[in-house]
Amino acid sequence: MAHASTIKNFKNTPKPDRTVQFRIKRCDGPGQPSRYESFNVPIESGSNVISCLQYIAANPITVTGQKTTPVVWDAGCLEEICGACTMVINGKVRQSCSCLIDEYAPHEGDVITLEPMSKFPVVRDLWVDRQRLFESLEKVSAWVPIDGSYDLGPGPQETPQQSEMRYTLSTCMSCGCCLEACPQYQKEDDASSWDTSFIGAAPLSQARLFNEHGTGRQLKGARLDALMGPGGINDCGNAQNCVKVCPKEIPLTESIAAVGRAVTIHSFTRFFTGK
Amino acid sequence: MADKRVIIVGGGLAGLAAAIRIAEAGLAVDLFSMVPVKRSHSVCAQGGINACNEVARQQGYSEYQHFDETLYGGDYLADQAPVLEMTNFAPKVIDLLDRMGVPFNRTAEGFRDLRLFGGSLFKRTHFSGATTGQQLLYALDEQVRKLAVQGKINKYEFWEFLWPICTEDTDDKRCIGITAQDMRTMQIRSFRGDAVVMATGGCGLVFGKSTNSIICTGGAASRCYQAGAWYANPEMIQVHPTAIPGADKCRLMSESARGEGGRVWVPRKKGDARQARDIPENERWYFLEEKYPGYGNLVPRDIATREIFDLCVNQDMGVDGQNQVYLDLTHMDPGYLTRKLGGILEIYEKFVGVDPRFEPMKIFPAVHYSMGGMWTQYTPGSYEPSSPHGMHNPFDTSPVDSDIGKGMALGAPNNMQTNIKGLYAFGEVNFAYHGATRLGANALLSCIFDGLYNGVSVANYVNDCEPSKNPAAQFDQNIYDAAVKQEQAKAQKLLNSVSDGPADDATNPYKIGYELGVEITSASTVVKTGKGLSACLDKIHALNDRYQNVRLGDAASWTNQTLSYTRAIGDMLVLAEVIVKGGILREESRGSHYRLDFPDRNDEKFLKTTVVSYQPGSDDPHQVTFRDVDTRFVKPRPRTYGKTDTKNAESTKSDQPETATA
Repeated sequence: MAHASTIKNFKNTPKPDRTVQFRIKRCDGPGQPSRYESFNVPIESGSNVISCLQYIAANPITVTGQKTTPVVWDAGCLEEICGACTMVINGKVRQSCSCLIDEYAPHEGDVITLEPMSKFPVVRDLWVDRQRLFESLEKVSAWVPIDGSYDLGPGPQETPQQSEMRYTLSTCMSCGCCLEACPQYQKEDDASSWDTSFIGAAPLSQARLFNEHGTGRQLKGARLDALMGPGGINDCGNAQNCVKVCPKEIPLTESIAAVGRAVTIHSFTRFFTGK
Repeated sequence: MADKRVIIVGGGLAGLAAAIRIAEAGLAVDLFSMVPVKRSHSVCAQGGINACNEVARQQGYSEYQHFDETLYGGDYLADQAPVLEMTNFAPKVIDLLDRMGVPFNRTAEGFRDLRLFGGSLFKRTHFSGATTGQQLLYALDEQVRKLAVQGKINKYEFWEFLWPICTEDTDDKRCIGITAQDMRTMQIRSFRGDAVVMATGGCGLVFGKSTNSIICTGGAASRCYQAGAWYANPEMIQVHPTAIPGADKCRLMSESARGEGGRVWVPRKKGDARQARDIPENERWYFLEEKYPGYGNLVPRDIATREIFDLCVNQDMGVDGQNQVYLDLTHMDPGYLTRKLGGILEIYEKFVGVDPRFEPMKIFPAVHYSMGGMWTQYTPGSYEPSSPHGMHNPFDTSPVDSDIGKGMALGAPNNMQTNIKGLYAFGEVNFAYHGATRLGANALLSCIFDGLYNGVSVANYVNDCEPSKNPAAQFDQNIYDAAVKQEQAKAQKLLNSVSDGPADDATNPYKIGYELGVEITSASTVVKTGKGLSACLDKIHALNDRYQNVRLGDAASWTNQTLSYTRAIGDMLVLAEVIVKGGILREESRGSHYRLDFPDRNDEKFLKTTVVSYQPGSDDPHQVTFRDVDTRFVKPRPRTYGKTDTKNAESTKSDQPETATA
């Protein structure tokens, strides 16, 4: 089936039938040295970084004619909804599936550089280990504490405004862009440091999400307790990079401010009531 | 005493719902997934989840109507008892998700909002923006995270299922564990389980470009099939009418775009070169609305797909002479569209670069869902009418109430169990609920229903049946060690094929995978013929021959994705043969399966489930038998959706109301 292509109104009209060079930072595994390898990839209309990586997997020959191994990378849905294929492209963190070559490399011979995220340990090549991000969701009790999965009727009613606000926060796909861009969020190879190193925007925003739910707010105190100490809300440097790189345009700085206010009130309450 | 353990393979909606229910029953759960479960393919579902609700009910709708629609949509190929239980149970699923905090769209007063979806004249689809699957998956993921913190669920993420471990008896075979591989360290090991639940989703990757995630290879189901589990209705593959063709995959454009008012059209004049907005209303051909005045743009997916395909491929009426038609939302309020469909409109804008609120989208069908899958059993419930009913009309009193256990007996140990004891299949990977076509927004329902309802069956099996007398923990370690050795040998054989010689397309796994997708997509999707399918089967055999000499490009013993992919290609080739063979033998047209050489439905010969069992060593290893479909509740009737073009209609008699009532 021949498919039609729809050309985006890019600043530069992309040149058809061109070749683009991919410069990829590679690493064979934890503790191994990294290196860059370059590949020429023929571009078809609608190509994205994923289709180019697929081409390289099938044709793992570098620009100098050296045979090499297929590049390893993490991917899933290819629709920018699972968050897996996040990497650093030409110095900026984003999902690689939604990175269109016509936009990034419209000319013959343009170069696109792919690197793994720097705030997480590299597993191999472009694949990083984001386990810390998922564990931080445990730290902030990112769930609604329900009484089991048997039928007990509907949940709390809420206004459309409230539901839309929670929906926006709930589109966070744990991709890690906000953490990569944050100057306070540090790479921690040692899991024992995760608890005291800055937790970052995504889990802070999830704490707000569940504090906003009728049943979820039962754990509000525990969530705020978890965010009061080292690695919590006070480590935020207010650089506001997080909100700029969030692919889902989640109002992360608003979430941080909201959690900050809640933590302040919570600590006063605790101080005066002892609860 | 050792823990009773259940293994769940797959962390999408079905696997997570099962994990929750089984953990609540007090059994230890080991949950395996190739990705962090939050990134499972369920995340891609967009439109919504169906269930009877109070608003629809007061307009004459009922659980029974939902049941009737699902059967009619599936062209009566689904066994009726499990479908009745699912549609009866649906409102409970919505309430539970609501309690878990899913941000369902709300009405002004704060109730859950509803939208119209394909195959129904009533609003019975609950939704959360246009990323309902994501929101549902996250809600279950969060509950599983809570249970994991409590030590009730063990997650093995980035672990790939390799093979089920079964006892030797051929007649009384029992599944007692699995082998799996850590995708980072490449360690292969065995896991003991008193029951194993496969919740591994669909097989879109067999078709190359589909709407599926890249993990949906069907490899896990194929491995179970090769280990002796039966596979049913493989030929029933849904091609979604509206997708955005891309270089790496086809991205779904949800049915909700039509549910919210989207209209499908092409210019009446062939080759009309004008911009869409310059073509006046009377020069646009709204072909679905014209042919199906009742359902219009919301006919079921196979019908919309064939109409679009026929228009573009046979009549050459596609927009700009290409394989594409307009899906138009531009007559609607942009603010409303953002609220109701924001997520999917964003996808179109991001990947195509055009804002669909102001310019019509260009779309074409793509492989989307497998109705077929692992064969499973069930115990019928308490409802036993003396004879099957005819068509159910809105406002008719339902012949049965919606209490639990009317369709399928609650907790029966064989519910959704395969022909192998202790091996269950939940969600898309089974064949149970959707017949020959799945209605939009019934997939999320069937996955969660399986997990919740049939999770109880798994717990009962472990507590009351064979495992209670002879638990997996007490089987000889040699069985498990042998299984690991077998998988190590397979992996080693692939790794040994790595050489420094020049690359050769014939033995390149990625090229074999690509060619498989091209061949099977052209022969075995929208329009099939016996001749085309037979030729396709020959080509798959040839690819299989090439695969026997496949050569990897990576010998790494750490995070070797090429090994995982190449192993899956072998299993995809097996599954492809099964899919094509099923299509050859089903000499009729039903739902998604359309045979040009047999254009009519043939209930006499083919109101039957295609059941395939693997017999290695035979000339044809795929042995097919046909089993009667359970039609105890509803008499099959012609599936026309009120089509007006009588010349081509599957039946001339309209059997559905012609006007929308909701």
